[in-house]
Amino acid sequence: MEGKVLQKNLLELIRRTSSELPLDVIRTLEKGYRREQKGSTAKYALKVILDNIKLAKEKSQPLCQDTGTIICYAELPSWLDELAFKRAYEQAVAEATAVGYLRQNSVDSLTGKNSGNNLGPGSPSYHLSASRQRSLTVRMMLKGGGCENMGVQYSLPDSRIGAGRDLEGVRRCLLDAVYQAQGKGCGPGILGVCIGGDRGSGYAASKEEFFRTLDDRNPDPRLARLESRILREGNGLGIGPMGFGGATTLLGVKVTHRNRLPASFFVSVSYMCWAFRRNGFQLSESGRITRWLYDS
Amino acid sequence: MLLEAPFTEEKIRQLNVGDMVEITGLIYTGRDAVHKYLAEGGRPPVDLTDGIIYHCGPVVVREKDRWVVKAAGPTTSIREEPYQGDLIRRYRIRGVIGKGGMGPRTLAACHEVGAVYLHAIGGAAQVLAERVVEVPGVHMMEKFGSPEAIWEFRVERFPVVVTMDSHGNSLHAQVLAESEAALKSLF
Repeated sequence: MEGKVLQKNLLELIRRTSSELPLDVIRTLEKGYRREQKGSTAKYALKVILDNIKLAKEKSQPLCQDTGTIICYAELPSWLDELAFKRAYEQAVAEATAVGYLRQNSVDSLTGKNSGNNLGPGSPSYHLSASRQRSLTVRMMLKGGGCENMGVQYSLPDSRIGAGRDLEGVRRCLLDAVYQAQGKGCGPGILGVCIGGDRGSGYAASKEEFFRTLDDRNPDPRLARLESRILREGNGLGIGPMGFGGATTLLGVKVTHRNRLPASFFVSVSYMCWAFRRNGFQLSESGRITRWLYDS
Repeated sequence: MLLEAPFTEEKIRQLNVGDMVEITGLIYTGRDAVHKYLAEGGRPPVDLTDGIIYHCGPVVVREKDRWVVKAAGPTTSIREEPYQGDLIRRYRIRGVIGKGGMGPRTLAACHEVGAVYLHAIGGAAQVLAERVVEVPGVHMMEKFGSPEAIWEFRVERFPVVVTMDSHGNSLHAQVLAESEAALKSLF
Protein backbone atom coordinates (compact mmCIF):
# COMPACT_ATOMS: atom_id res chain seq x y z
CA MET A 1 0.00 0.00 0.00
CA GLU A 2 1.24 3.47 -0.78
CA GLY A 3 1.97 5.80 2.14
CA LYS A 4 -0.59 8.31 0.83
CA VAL A 5 -3.38 5.73 0.92
CA LEU A 6 -2.53 4.71 4.48
CA GLN A 7 -2.39 8.38 5.49
CA LYS A 8 -5.82 9.07 3.99
CA ASN A 9 -7.34 6.12 5.87
CA LEU A 10 -5.71 7.14 9.15
CA LEU A 11 -7.06 10.68 8.66
CA GLU A 12 -10.56 9.22 8.35
CA LEU A 13 -10.00 7.22 11.53
CA ILE A 14 -8.99 10.42 13.37
CA ARG A 15 -12.01 12.31 11.99
CA ARG A 16 -14.41 9.61 13.15
CA THR A 17 -12.75 9.25 16.53
CA SER A 18 -12.92 12.99 17.17
CA SER A 19 -16.52 13.55 16.06
CA GLU A 20 -18.40 10.31 16.85
CA LEU A 21 -18.81 8.34 20.05
CA PRO A 22 -19.10 4.53 20.03
CA LEU A 23 -22.65 3.20 20.32
CA ASP A 24 -22.01 1.40 23.65
CA VAL A 25 -21.10 4.78 25.22
CA ILE A 26 -24.16 6.55 23.80
CA ARG A 27 -26.46 3.73 24.98
CA THR A 28 -25.02 3.93 28.50
CA LEU A 29 -25.42 7.72 28.59
CA GLU A 30 -29.03 7.33 27.45
CA LYS A 31 -29.64 4.84 30.24
CA GLY A 32 -28.26 7.37 32.72
CA TYR A 33 -30.52 10.07 31.26
CA ARG A 34 -33.59 7.85 31.76
CA ARG A 35 -32.55 7.04 35.32
CA GLU A 36 -32.10 10.64 36.53
CA GLN A 37 -35.01 12.46 38.11
CA LYS A 38 -37.24 14.67 36.01
CA GLY A 39 -36.32 18.35 36.33
CA SER A 40 -32.94 17.63 37.95
CA THR A 41 -29.67 19.30 36.99
CA ALA A 42 -28.26 15.80 36.40
CA LYS A 43 -30.88 15.08 33.73
CA TYR A 44 -30.28 18.51 32.22
CA ALA A 45 -26.54 17.89 31.98
CA LEU A 46 -27.09 14.52 30.29
CA LYS A 47 -29.54 16.10 27.86
CA VAL A 48 -26.95 18.69 26.79
CA ILE A 49 -24.36 15.90 26.49
CA LEU A 50 -26.63 13.76 24.27
CA ASP A 51 -27.51 16.79 22.11
CA ASN A 52 -23.82 17.55 21.76
CA ILE A 53 -23.00 14.01 20.62
CA LYS A 54 -25.66 14.23 17.90
CA LEU A 55 -24.58 17.68 16.75
CA ALA A 56 -20.86 16.81 16.54
CA LYS A 57 -21.61 13.81 14.33
CA GLU A 58 -23.90 15.85 12.05
CA LYS A 59 -21.36 18.65 11.70
CA SER A 60 -18.38 16.26 11.58
CA GLN A 61 -16.62 18.44 14.14
CA PRO A 62 -14.76 17.69 17.38
CA LEU A 63 -17.19 16.55 20.04
CA CYS A 64 -15.04 18.30 22.64
CA GLN A 65 -12.56 21.05 21.85
CA ASP A 66 -9.90 19.29 23.89
CA THR A 67 -9.03 16.57 21.41
CA GLY A 68 -6.63 15.29 24.01
CA THR A 69 -3.74 12.89 23.93
CA ILE A 70 -3.83 10.78 20.79
CA ILE A 71 -3.35 7.18 21.87
CA CYS A 72 -2.81 4.67 19.08
CA TYR A 73 -2.24 0.90 19.06
CA ALA A 74 -1.39 -0.73 15.74
CA GLU A 75 -0.83 -4.38 14.86
CA LEU A 76 1.41 -4.42 11.81
CA PRO A 77 1.18 -7.25 9.25
CA SER A 78 4.22 -8.41 7.31
CA TRP A 79 3.59 -6.00 4.41
CA LEU A 80 3.98 -2.89 6.60
CA ASP A 81 7.11 -1.88 8.49
CA GLU A 82 7.24 0.38 11.53
CA LEU A 83 8.87 3.33 9.79
CA ALA A 84 6.29 3.39 7.00
CA PHE A 85 3.44 3.29 9.52
CA LYS A 86 5.00 6.01 11.66
CA ARG A 87 5.51 8.33 8.69
CA ALA A 88 1.92 7.96 7.45
CA TYR A 89 0.53 8.30 11.00
CA GLU A 90 2.44 11.50 11.77
CA GLN A 91 1.42 13.04 8.45
CA ALA A 92 -2.21 12.10 9.11
CA VAL A 93 -2.05 13.73 12.57
CA ALA A 94 -0.54 16.94 11.16
CA GLU A 95 -3.19 17.06 8.42
CA ALA A 96 -6.00 16.36 10.92
CA THR A 97 -4.72 19.31 12.96
CA ALA A 98 -4.59 21.58 9.92
CA VAL A 99 -8.21 20.82 8.96
CA GLY A 100 -9.50 21.10 12.54
CA TYR A 101 -10.30 17.47 13.48
CA LEU A 102 -7.66 17.92 16.19
CA ARG A 103 -6.79 20.99 18.27
CA GLN A 104 -3.19 22.24 18.41
CA ASN A 105 -2.42 20.29 21.54
CA SER A 106 1.30 19.60 21.78
CA VAL A 107 3.26 22.00 23.98
CA ASP A 108 7.03 22.01 24.59
CA SER A 109 7.35 21.33 28.32
CA LEU A 110 10.50 23.48 28.66
CA THR A 111 9.61 26.53 26.54
CA GLY A 112 5.79 26.43 26.59
CA LYS A 113 5.73 26.72 22.80
CA ASN A 114 2.93 24.95 20.95
CA SER A 115 4.25 22.98 17.97
CA GLY A 116 1.04 23.80 16.10
CA ASN A 117 0.75 20.42 14.37
CA ASN A 118 0.59 17.92 17.27
CA LEU A 119 4.07 16.61 16.46
CA GLY A 120 6.96 16.71 18.91
CA PRO A 121 8.75 14.57 21.49
CA GLY A 122 6.21 11.94 22.57
CA SER A 123 3.37 13.20 20.42
CA PRO A 124 1.54 11.60 18.88
CA SER A 125 2.10 8.48 20.96
CA TYR A 126 1.85 5.03 19.45
CA HIS A 127 2.28 1.39 20.43
CA LEU A 128 3.24 -0.97 17.63
CA SER A 129 3.28 -4.74 17.59
CA ALA A 130 3.88 -7.32 14.87
CA SER A 131 0.96 -9.40 13.67
CA ARG A 132 0.54 -12.55 11.55
CA GLN A 133 -2.85 -11.35 10.33
CA ARG A 134 -3.19 -10.27 6.71
CA SER A 135 -4.73 -6.91 7.52
CA LEU A 136 -3.56 -3.91 9.54
CA THR A 137 -5.46 -3.29 12.78
CA VAL A 138 -5.42 0.21 14.32
CA ARG A 139 -7.15 1.26 17.52
CA MET A 140 -7.30 4.90 18.55
CA MET A 141 -8.38 6.89 21.57
CA LEU A 142 -8.51 10.64 22.27
CA LYS A 143 -8.23 11.45 25.97
CA GLY A 144 -8.71 15.04 27.13
CA GLY A 145 -6.63 16.83 29.73
CA GLY A 146 -9.42 17.38 32.26
CA CYS A 147 -9.93 13.65 32.79
CA GLU A 148 -6.24 12.79 32.44
CA ASN A 149 -5.57 15.08 35.44
CA MET A 150 -7.90 12.86 37.53
CA GLY A 151 -5.77 9.72 37.11
CA VAL A 152 -4.15 8.43 40.29
CA GLN A 153 -1.76 5.67 41.35
CA TYR A 154 -1.93 4.04 44.78
CA SER A 155 0.87 2.11 46.45
CA LEU A 156 -0.51 -0.43 48.91
CA PRO A 157 -0.75 -0.61 51.82
CA ASP A 158 -2.27 2.88 52.10
CA SER A 159 -3.18 3.82 55.65
CA ARG A 160 -5.10 6.98 54.67
CA ILE A 161 -7.89 4.88 53.20
CA GLY A 162 -7.18 1.72 55.18
CA ALA A 163 -6.27 -0.24 52.05
CA GLY A 164 -4.25 -3.45 52.36
CA ARG A 165 -2.75 -5.65 49.68
CA ASP A 166 -5.90 -7.49 48.63
CA LEU A 167 -9.04 -6.97 46.55
CA GLU A 168 -10.75 -5.15 49.43
CA GLY A 169 -7.80 -2.73 49.42
CA VAL A 170 -8.22 -2.29 45.66
CA ARG A 171 -11.93 -1.59 46.15
CA ARG A 172 -11.10 1.22 48.59
CA CYS A 173 -8.63 2.76 46.13
CA LEU A 174 -11.19 2.81 43.34
CA LEU A 175 -13.95 4.36 45.42
CA ASP A 176 -11.49 6.93 46.76
CA ALA A 177 -10.44 7.78 43.19
CA VAL A 178 -14.10 8.39 42.22
CA TYR A 179 -14.61 10.55 45.31
CA GLN A 180 -11.42 12.58 44.68
CA ALA A 181 -12.38 13.21 41.05
CA GLN A 182 -15.85 14.58 41.96
CA GLY A 183 -17.13 16.21 38.75
CA LYS A 184 -13.76 17.59 37.75
CA GLY A 185 -12.97 14.95 35.13
CA CYS A 186 -16.19 15.70 33.18
CA GLY A 187 -18.21 12.84 34.59
CA PRO A 188 -20.05 10.58 34.29
CA GLY A 189 -16.72 8.84 33.87
CA ILE A 190 -15.22 5.45 33.23
CA LEU A 191 -12.44 3.90 35.32
CA GLY A 192 -9.63 1.98 33.62
CA VAL A 193 -7.70 0.08 36.27
CA CYS A 194 -4.59 -2.07 36.52
CA ILE A 195 -3.78 -4.03 39.67
CA GLY A 196 -0.03 -4.64 39.86
CA GLY A 197 2.71 -4.08 37.30
CA ASP A 198 5.28 -1.31 37.80
CA ARG A 199 4.40 2.38 37.80
CA GLY A 200 4.80 2.70 34.03
CA SER A 201 3.25 -0.56 32.86
CA GLY A 202 0.39 -0.18 35.34
CA TYR A 203 -0.76 3.15 33.92
CA ALA A 204 -0.35 1.95 30.33
CA ALA A 205 -2.43 -1.17 31.04
CA SER A 206 -5.09 0.88 32.84
CA LYS A 207 -5.60 2.91 29.64
CA GLU A 208 -5.69 -0.16 27.39
CA GLU A 209 -8.79 -1.24 29.33
CA PHE A 210 -10.64 1.63 27.63
CA PHE A 211 -10.52 -0.32 24.38
CA ARG A 212 -13.09 -2.70 25.88
CA THR A 213 -16.74 -1.88 25.27
CA LEU A 214 -18.85 -0.78 28.24
CA ASP A 215 -21.25 -3.71 27.86
CA ASP A 216 -18.65 -6.50 27.78
CA ARG A 217 -17.96 -8.82 30.70
CA ASN A 218 -14.56 -9.41 32.25
CA PRO A 219 -13.57 -13.06 31.58
CA ASP A 220 -12.06 -13.28 35.08
CA PRO A 221 -15.04 -13.76 37.44
CA ARG A 222 -13.20 -12.12 40.38
CA LEU A 223 -12.59 -8.98 38.33
CA ALA A 224 -16.10 -9.09 36.83
CA ARG A 225 -17.52 -9.03 40.37
CA LEU A 226 -15.22 -6.17 41.37
CA GLU A 227 -16.20 -4.16 38.28
CA SER A 228 -19.94 -4.43 38.89
CA ARG A 229 -19.55 -3.71 42.59
CA ILE A 230 -17.49 -0.55 42.02
CA LEU A 231 -19.96 0.59 39.37
CA ARG A 232 -22.83 0.17 41.83
CA GLU A 233 -21.05 1.66 44.84
CA GLY A 234 -19.42 4.46 42.82
CA ASN A 235 -22.83 5.54 41.53
CA GLY A 236 -24.06 5.40 45.12
CA LEU A 237 -21.67 8.21 46.05
CA GLY A 238 -24.19 10.57 44.44
CA ILE A 239 -21.66 12.81 42.67
CA GLY A 240 -23.60 12.72 39.40
CA PRO A 241 -22.95 14.20 35.94
CA MET A 242 -20.53 17.16 36.12
CA GLY A 243 -20.57 16.75 39.91
CA PHE A 244 -24.08 18.26 40.07
CA GLY A 245 -25.30 15.38 42.25
CA GLY A 246 -27.30 12.44 40.89
CA ALA A 247 -27.32 8.72 40.25
CA THR A 248 -25.00 8.64 37.24
CA THR A 249 -21.44 9.09 38.47
CA LEU A 250 -19.81 6.24 36.53
CA LEU A 251 -20.58 4.72 33.13
CA GLY A 252 -18.27 1.76 33.55
CA VAL A 253 -15.36 0.15 35.38
CA LYS A 254 -12.76 -1.96 33.57
CA VAL A 255 -10.08 -3.79 35.55
CA THR A 256 -7.06 -5.82 34.51
CA HIS A 257 -4.05 -7.15 36.38
CA ARG A 258 -0.31 -7.66 35.90
CA ASN A 259 2.20 -9.53 37.99
CA ARG A 260 4.16 -7.36 40.42
CA LEU A 261 7.38 -7.45 42.39
CA PRO A 262 7.08 -8.85 45.91
CA ALA A 263 7.95 -5.38 47.21
CA SER A 264 5.40 -3.43 45.13
CA PHE A 265 1.62 -3.34 44.94
CA PHE A 266 0.37 -0.56 42.68
CA VAL A 267 -3.21 0.19 41.78
CA SER A 268 -3.20 2.44 38.72
CA VAL A 269 -6.43 4.27 37.92
CA SER A 270 -7.13 6.18 34.71
CA TYR A 271 -10.28 8.29 34.52
CA MET A 272 -12.06 8.77 31.18
CA CYS A 273 -14.60 11.56 30.67
CA TRP A 274 -18.05 11.02 29.16
CA ALA A 275 -16.57 12.17 25.82
CA PHE A 276 -15.10 8.68 25.49
CA ARG A 277 -13.64 8.86 22.01
CA ARG A 278 -12.44 5.47 20.84
CA ASN A 279 -12.47 3.86 17.43
CA GLY A 280 -10.55 1.44 15.28
CA PHE A 281 -10.44 -0.34 11.95
CA GLN A 282 -8.91 -3.11 9.90
CA LEU A 283 -7.28 -2.19 6.63
CA SER A 284 -6.46 -4.61 3.81
CA GLU A 285 -3.20 -4.51 1.88
CA SER A 286 -5.05 -2.94 -1.05
CA GLY A 287 -5.98 0.01 1.17
CA ARG A 288 -9.63 -0.82 1.81
CA ILE A 289 -11.21 -0.52 5.26
CA THR A 290 -12.64 -4.02 5.77
CA ARG A 291 -14.09 -3.54 9.25
CA TRP A 292 -14.78 -0.83 11.85
CA LEU A 293 -14.06 -2.30 15.27
CA TYR A 294 -16.78 -0.46 17.18
CA ASP A 295 -20.37 0.37 16.23
CA SER A 296 -21.11 4.08 16.06
CA MET B 1 -35.06 30.37 33.44
CA LEU B 2 -33.73 33.17 31.29
CA LEU B 3 -30.96 35.58 32.38
CA GLU B 4 -30.84 38.55 30.03
CA ALA B 5 -28.44 41.47 29.81
CA PRO B 6 -28.01 43.86 31.55
CA PHE B 7 -26.74 41.59 34.33
CA THR B 8 -27.71 43.71 37.33
CA GLU B 9 -27.01 42.85 40.95
CA GLU B 10 -30.75 42.59 41.52
CA LYS B 11 -31.14 39.85 38.89
CA ILE B 12 -28.06 37.97 40.11
CA ARG B 13 -29.19 38.03 43.75
CA GLN B 14 -32.36 36.21 42.73
CA LEU B 15 -30.40 33.19 41.50
CA ASN B 16 -29.92 30.13 43.69
CA VAL B 17 -27.78 27.01 43.58
CA GLY B 18 -29.39 24.43 41.28
CA ASP B 19 -31.10 26.95 39.00
CA MET B 20 -30.88 25.99 35.32
CA VAL B 21 -30.30 29.25 33.50
CA GLU B 22 -30.08 30.33 29.87
CA ILE B 23 -28.01 33.45 29.28
CA THR B 24 -28.73 35.96 26.53
CA GLY B 25 -26.44 38.94 26.01
CA LEU B 26 -22.78 39.85 25.66
CA ILE B 27 -20.16 37.85 27.57
CA TYR B 28 -16.34 37.87 27.51
CA THR B 29 -13.96 34.94 27.41
CA GLY B 30 -10.92 35.00 29.67
CA ARG B 31 -8.70 32.23 30.92
CA ASP B 32 -5.26 31.83 32.48
CA ALA B 33 -3.29 34.59 30.73
CA VAL B 34 -6.08 37.19 31.08
CA HIS B 35 -6.59 36.51 34.78
CA LYS B 36 -2.89 36.77 35.53
CA TYR B 37 -2.62 39.98 33.48
CA LEU B 38 -5.56 41.66 35.25
CA ALA B 39 -4.45 40.50 38.69
CA GLU B 40 -1.02 42.06 38.08
CA GLY B 41 -2.69 45.42 37.40
CA GLY B 42 -3.15 45.25 33.62
CA ARG B 43 -5.94 47.43 32.24
CA PRO B 44 -8.94 45.51 30.91
CA PRO B 45 -9.60 46.32 27.22
CA VAL B 46 -13.36 45.94 27.78
CA ASP B 47 -15.72 47.22 30.48
CA LEU B 48 -16.19 44.32 32.87
CA THR B 49 -18.63 46.14 35.15
CA ASP B 50 -21.79 44.06 35.51
CA GLY B 51 -20.17 41.67 33.06
CA ILE B 52 -19.93 37.92 32.72
CA ILE B 53 -16.57 36.27 32.13
CA TYR B 54 -16.32 32.84 30.51
CA HIS B 55 -13.41 30.47 31.23
CA CYS B 56 -13.05 29.26 27.68
CA GLY B 57 -10.35 28.87 25.05
CA PRO B 58 -12.53 28.71 21.95
CA VAL B 59 -11.73 27.58 18.44
CA VAL B 60 -12.66 30.58 16.28
CA VAL B 61 -12.03 30.92 12.55
CA ARG B 62 -12.28 33.87 10.20
CA GLU B 63 -14.80 33.25 7.42
CA LYS B 64 -14.78 36.13 4.91
CA ASP B 65 -15.50 39.22 7.01
CA ARG B 66 -16.63 37.64 10.25
CA TRP B 67 -15.53 35.37 13.08
CA VAL B 68 -17.19 31.97 13.38
CA VAL B 69 -17.01 29.91 16.58
CA LYS B 70 -16.24 26.25 15.89
CA ALA B 71 -15.98 24.96 19.45
CA ALA B 72 -16.57 26.77 22.72
CA GLY B 73 -16.76 24.52 25.77
CA PRO B 74 -15.62 25.58 29.25
CA THR B 75 -12.16 24.99 30.70
CA THR B 76 -11.40 24.05 34.32
CA SER B 77 -12.01 27.09 36.53
CA ILE B 78 -10.10 26.25 39.68
CA ARG B 79 -6.84 27.49 38.11
CA GLU B 80 -8.20 31.05 38.41
CA GLU B 81 -9.03 30.69 42.11
CA PRO B 82 -6.03 32.81 43.21
CA TYR B 83 -7.28 35.75 41.10
CA GLN B 84 -11.05 35.48 40.64
CA GLY B 85 -12.25 36.88 43.97
CA ASP B 86 -10.18 40.07 43.67
CA LEU B 87 -11.30 40.62 40.08
CA ILE B 88 -14.96 40.17 41.01
CA ARG B 89 -14.54 42.83 43.72
CA ARG B 90 -12.51 45.24 41.60
CA TYR B 91 -14.70 45.22 38.48
CA ARG B 92 -18.08 44.20 39.96
CA ILE B 93 -18.14 41.14 37.71
CA ARG B 94 -21.58 39.52 38.08
CA GLY B 95 -20.98 36.08 36.67
CA VAL B 96 -18.23 33.57 36.03
CA ILE B 97 -18.90 30.70 33.61
CA GLY B 98 -16.65 27.63 33.68
CA LYS B 99 -16.50 24.04 34.78
CA GLY B 100 -15.56 22.14 37.92
CA GLY B 101 -16.48 24.93 40.35
CA MET B 102 -14.29 27.27 42.41
CA GLY B 103 -13.18 27.62 46.01
CA PRO B 104 -14.01 29.59 49.15
CA ARG B 105 -12.27 32.83 48.08
CA THR B 106 -14.43 33.13 44.99
CA LEU B 107 -17.53 32.12 46.95
CA ALA B 108 -16.86 34.88 49.49
CA ALA B 109 -16.49 37.49 46.73
CA CYS B 110 -19.73 36.31 45.09
CA HIS B 111 -21.51 36.78 48.41
CA GLU B 112 -20.03 40.22 49.02
CA VAL B 113 -20.44 41.72 45.56
CA GLY B 114 -23.50 39.90 44.26
CA ALA B 115 -22.08 37.48 41.72
CA VAL B 116 -22.60 33.82 40.76
CA TYR B 117 -20.63 30.91 39.37
CA LEU B 118 -22.35 29.38 36.37
CA HIS B 119 -21.37 25.82 35.44
CA ALA B 120 -21.41 25.01 31.72
CA ILE B 121 -21.43 21.40 30.56
CA GLY B 122 -17.82 20.30 30.11
CA GLY B 123 -17.10 18.75 26.75
CA ALA B 124 -20.26 20.08 25.09
CA ALA B 125 -18.22 22.15 22.65
CA GLN B 126 -20.70 21.95 19.76
CA VAL B 127 -23.93 22.71 21.63
CA LEU B 128 -22.27 25.69 23.30
CA ALA B 129 -20.69 26.99 20.06
CA GLU B 130 -24.15 26.97 18.44
CA ARG B 131 -25.40 29.38 21.11
CA VAL B 132 -22.78 31.99 20.22
CA VAL B 133 -24.65 33.94 17.60
CA GLU B 134 -22.15 36.73 16.96
CA VAL B 135 -18.56 37.65 17.72
CA PRO B 136 -18.46 41.47 17.80
CA GLY B 137 -14.78 41.68 18.69
CA VAL B 138 -11.58 40.23 20.07
CA HIS B 139 -8.93 41.79 22.30
CA MET B 140 -5.33 40.98 23.22
CA MET B 141 -5.11 38.43 20.41
CA GLU B 142 -1.55 39.49 19.52
CA LYS B 143 -0.37 39.36 23.09
CA PHE B 144 -1.95 36.09 24.25
CA GLY B 145 -2.86 34.12 21.12
CA SER B 146 -6.31 32.98 20.04
CA PRO B 147 -7.35 30.56 22.84
CA GLU B 148 -6.18 32.97 25.57
CA ALA B 149 -7.54 36.19 24.01
CA ILE B 150 -10.60 38.09 25.26
CA TRP B 151 -13.38 37.23 22.82
CA GLU B 152 -16.68 39.12 22.83
CA PHE B 153 -19.46 36.55 22.44
CA ARG B 154 -23.05 37.53 21.88
CA VAL B 155 -24.89 34.48 23.17
CA GLU B 156 -28.50 33.41 22.97
CA ARG B 157 -29.96 30.97 25.49
CA PHE B 158 -26.52 29.76 26.56
CA PRO B 159 -27.21 26.85 28.97
CA VAL B 160 -25.59 26.82 32.44
CA VAL B 161 -26.36 25.71 35.98
CA VAL B 162 -25.86 27.96 39.02
CA THR B 163 -23.51 25.99 41.27
CA MET B 164 -22.31 28.88 43.49
CA ASP B 165 -24.72 31.66 44.35
CA SER B 166 -24.47 35.09 45.99
CA HIS B 167 -25.92 33.79 49.28
CA GLY B 168 -22.88 31.76 50.28
CA ASN B 169 -24.06 28.41 48.90
CA SER B 170 -21.91 26.09 46.81
CA LEU B 171 -23.26 22.94 45.19
CA HIS B 172 -19.65 21.70 44.92
CA ALA B 173 -19.10 21.94 48.68
CA GLN B 174 -22.46 20.25 49.27
CA VAL B 175 -21.82 17.31 46.89
CA LEU B 176 -18.31 16.91 48.31
CA ALA B 177 -19.66 16.62 51.86
CA GLU B 178 -22.48 14.25 50.90
CA SER B 179 -20.23 11.97 48.83
CA GLU B 180 -17.67 11.90 51.64
CA ALA B 181 -20.33 10.66 54.05
CA ALA B 182 -21.42 8.02 51.48
CA LEU B 183 -17.81 6.94 51.00
CA LYS B 184 -17.27 6.53 54.75
CA SER B 185 -20.29 4.26 54.97
CA LEU B 186 -18.73 1.98 52.33
CA PHE B 187 -15.39 1.63 54.16
